[in-house]
Amino acid sequence: MSRRPYTRELSNTGWWLQHPRYIRYMMRELSAAFIGSYVVILIVGLWQLSRGEAAYQAFLAAVEGPAGLAFAVIVLVFAIYHTYTWFQVTPKAMPLKLGDKPVPGALIVAAHWFGFGVVSVVMWLLVGG
Amino acid sequence: MSEQTIDLEILRYDPEQDQAPHFQTYTVPYREDWVVLDAINYVKDELDRTLSYRWSCHMAVCGSCGMVVNGEPALACDTFLRDCSDRIRVEPLQNFPIERDLVVVMDDFIDKLCSVKPYIVPQHEKSVDDGQYLQTPAELARFNQYTACINCLLCYSACPQYALNDAFVGPAALALAHRYNLDSRDVGRGAREDVVASNPGIWECSFVGACSEVCPKSVDPAAAIQQTKIASTSDYFMNFLMPGKRR
Repeated sequence: MSRRPYTRELSNTGWWLQHPRYIRYMMRELSAAFIGSYVVILIVGLWQLSRGEAAYQAFLAAVEGPAGLAFAVIVLVFAIYHTYTWFQVTPKAMPLKLGDKPVPGALIVAAHWFGFGVVSVVMWLLVGG
Repeated sequence: MSEQTIDLEILRYDPEQDQAPHFQTYTVPYREDWVVLDAINYVKDELDRTLSYRWSCHMAVCGSCGMVVNGEPALACDTFLRDCSDRIRVEPLQNFPIERDLVVVMDDFIDKLCSVKPYIVPQHEKSVDDGQYLQTPAELARFNQYTACINCLLCYSACPQYALNDAFVGPAALALAHRYNLDSRDVGRGAREDVVASNPGIWECSFVGACSEVCPKSVDPAAAIQQTKIASTSDYFMNFLMPGKRR
C-alpha cells in the first residue's frame, strides 16, 4: 500500500466567496480602504484651504456634488460597519475582570458604544453646534 | 410505510486508484436521534466497507471525527441529521492533504503543536515526593477555557490564513501556547516566544475569527491570539524601558 496524499487546490482570489463569514471579513478589511480614501479627501481639503478661499470653494463644490455625496454615503456605511466589527471584537482582545468575576462581553461592547456616543455629541457641540 | 432516508454525499479518495477525489452518494436511513457519524457508520457497516474515516468517542470529547459537513467544519458526532438538509455533503477537513477518503494528514499540526511546548515548564523541577504544584481556583480560572481544546482541527479547517499560508502556526497551537503562558505554574513563556511571537505565529493572524465560530468546545482561539498580540506588544515596549528583564 502506497501513500499518495492529495492536496486540494485553493483559489487565491476566490476563496473568500465560499462562505458568508469570509465575505463579512473581507468587507471589514475593505472598509479600511474607504475610510483611508476619505482621510485623503480631508487632507486634500485642508491643503486647498491653505491655498486660499477660491481653491477651498472649488474643493467644497467637488465634494458636495452628487458623486461626492454618494461616495460619502458609501464611506459612512463602511465606517459604521468597521466600528461595529471593531467594538464586537473588543471583549476578545481585552477581557476585563471586576474582582474575580469576568465582565460580560456585551457590557464591554456597550461601554464602547456609549463612549462613541459621548465623543460624537461633544464633537458635534464643538464643531457643528 | 416506507422508511425515511437521506442522501449522504461523501468525498472519496483512494490513493491507489484515484487521480483526484470524487463524491459518492449513499442512501441511508434517517433517524431523529442520529448524528452524521451514525450515518457514516451505517455506510461502513452496511453499504461500503472500503470507506475510511476517523472516530472514537462519539461524544465530542476525543476530537477525531472532525469533517466538513455541508461546507461547515464540524464534529460528525456533534451534528444531528435533523439539523441538516435532506442531502448531506461530507468532506475531509479543509487545508490538510487527504490521506484517504475522510482521513487527512495532520502531521503539520502535530509539528506546530510540539513547537509551542504545550506543557508546563516549571521554575524548578520537583520530584513526585516533593508533592504537587499547587494552584488556586482563581489561577485556574485564568486559563481554564483554553484547556478544553480537543485538537479536532476544525479551527485550522476554517482558517483562511492557514489556507493561504501553511507556515502559520495556527489557532489551536497558539491557543494552547496562551493556555500555558497564563498558567501560574509555568515559566515557559520566553521559551515559546520565538515561535509564538514570530511572523508565522500570532502576527499572521488577521482576526477573521472563523476559528472561534467553529470551535465545538468554545475555546475561542481568536481571543487567545489577540491577547497574545497585546502581551507581546507590551513586552516589546517594556523591553525598551527595562532591557534584559526576564518575563
